[in-house]
Amino acid sequence: MEPLSNKRKVIEQKPLNFLERAYLPAIVQGLAITMKHFFRKPVTISYPEEKREFSENFRGMHSLKRDEDGRERCTACGLCALSCPAEAITMIAAERKPGEENLYREEKYAAVYEINMLRCIFCGLCEEACPKEAIYLDGDIVPADYLRKDLIYGKDKLVEAPLNQKISFIPLPNSF
Amino acid sequence: MELTDIIVKFILVFIIFAISLVIAMYSTYAERKIAAFFQDRIGPNRAGPWGILQPLADGGKMFLKEEIIPTNASAFLFIAGPSLAIMTACIGSAVIPWGQKLTIGSHVIDLQVADINVGVLYIFGVVSLGVYGVMIGGWASNNKYSLLGAIRAASQNISYEISMGLSIIALLMVTGTLSLRQIAEQQHSWHWNILYQPLGFLLFIICAFAETNRTPFDLPECETELVGGYHTEYSSMKLGFYLFSEYINMFISSAVMATLYWGGYNYPGMDWVLAHTGPAIGPLIGTAVLFAKIFLFIFFFMWVRWTIPRFRYDQLMDLGWKILIPLAIANIVITGIVITLIK
Ligand code: SF4
Ligand code: SF4
Repeated sequence: MEPLSNKRKVIEQKPLNFLERAYLPAIVQGLAITMKHFFRKPVTISYPEEKREFSENFRGMHSLKRDEDGRERCTACGLCALSCPAEAITMIAAERKPGEENLYREEKYAAVYEINMLRCIFCGLCEEACPKEAIYLDGDIVPADYLRKDLIYGKDKLVEAPLNQKISFIPLPNSF
Repeated sequence: MELTDIIVKFILVFIIFAISLVIAMYSTYAERKIAAFFQDRIGPNRAGPWGILQPLADGGKMFLKEEIIPTNASAFLFIAGPSLAIMTACIGSAVIPWGQKLTIGSHVIDLQVADINVGVLYIFGVVSLGVYGVMIGGWASNNKYSLLGAIRAASQNISYEISMGLSIIALLMVTGTLSLRQIAEQQHSWHWNILYQPLGFLLFIICAFAETNRTPFDLPECETELVGGYHTEYSSMKLGFYLFSEYINMFISSAVMATLYWGGYNYPGMDWVLAHTGPAIGPLIGTAVLFAKIFLFIFFFMWVRWTIPRFRYDQLMDLGWKILIPLAIANIVITGIVITLIK
């Protein structure tokens, strides 16, 4: 057959010469190579104590965002759940009562909002679907756990901390 | 023999036994750590600082594992196998001279448990007994993988014992004695036997790899083909005994190699050191040197393990019968000719 690319290489199989058949030179070569690695810096890290830097668009744990006034942005429209290919999101909507305007931005909000982290494939489609910019996958790696039920994260774990509790927060203009 | 001598011997036996076990224990740790370094990893580092308590954790785990004796196994032999393996591994150290005679006050302490005049033969006897532990274990498990592993171990050890014996004969022609103490004394200062028997040493170390079932000759426990080889059916501390005996064997064969070929406790300039430190401390420095050599050999065992892949079984037999044995015989002939010419 004509070569389709010019990458084809003809490999000759020469019979081994005496030195190659004697094993020992090859073994010494191998030993030298492994010894080089012995003094090399390890490529692994001690994970939970040390962490690698994530790429800028790394998709980690979800967080439900608050707006400038510290109100939850999510309006429980369900678009994220609809777009989720893994069907990981469930929610129960509720109506905002008078006097709760400082808690929820829209008239309807998610009373229960759960993401099953075992199902989630961190595709980020929920983030893209959200019309309210309420959900972002900007967290850390989801930690391991022992029980399945503990990996269904509710609002207690997903919603961002309120404004005045934030430790490291880049202040937005007009935020206070 | 006086009572104090007997007590001293007992203490010595106890110390050597303890040292063998501790070294075997920490060899498992060293093996994992060294493997990690060779593979650009960090290695065990959770139990204690740098993971140095890892062997204790492993030992504790071994003891807590369920003790399983397969229904169709012969229970007595099943237990006898690992016991024999660890026993033969431990008794090999009896004839190794760990240092020059120590003089404390008027007492002369011999740092060797038994100075028998057939020390080399004793080592060989113990080594060939060692294969019984593996064979009995593999046979008693009543499992085809174990049996295959045991058969491999037996035929491999027997084949390599021949070339090991032949390589030793050339050494004995040079030394003219079978006593390990005398062989060690003859290599005073820098007159190490490796200078006279380089080929013999090469053959010996290859055979030592095969006798201790270390990679590239670890076919008896070849995981890719035989699940776990002869210890497939073993669990708990009985498995621990097999693994332990492998490491003790490694330690003992390192000690034997250091004593036979690399001068044992001798090092250049030892007379000067001995004269300046006195007969109570000086010999201990020699012992430290011997241990340094042993550790280097253990490191070499591990270095080779993480470099070379395992041999195929027919290659193993080819190497043993068609290459090593002729080479060993040639070595004997050359040694003989050289000795006659010099005399
Ligand atoms: S990241 Fe993807 S899988 Fe996970 S919840 Fe969002 S849409 Fe579903
Ligand atoms: S997170 Fe966004 S898409 Fe999902 S329910 Fe809330 S507002 Fe709708």
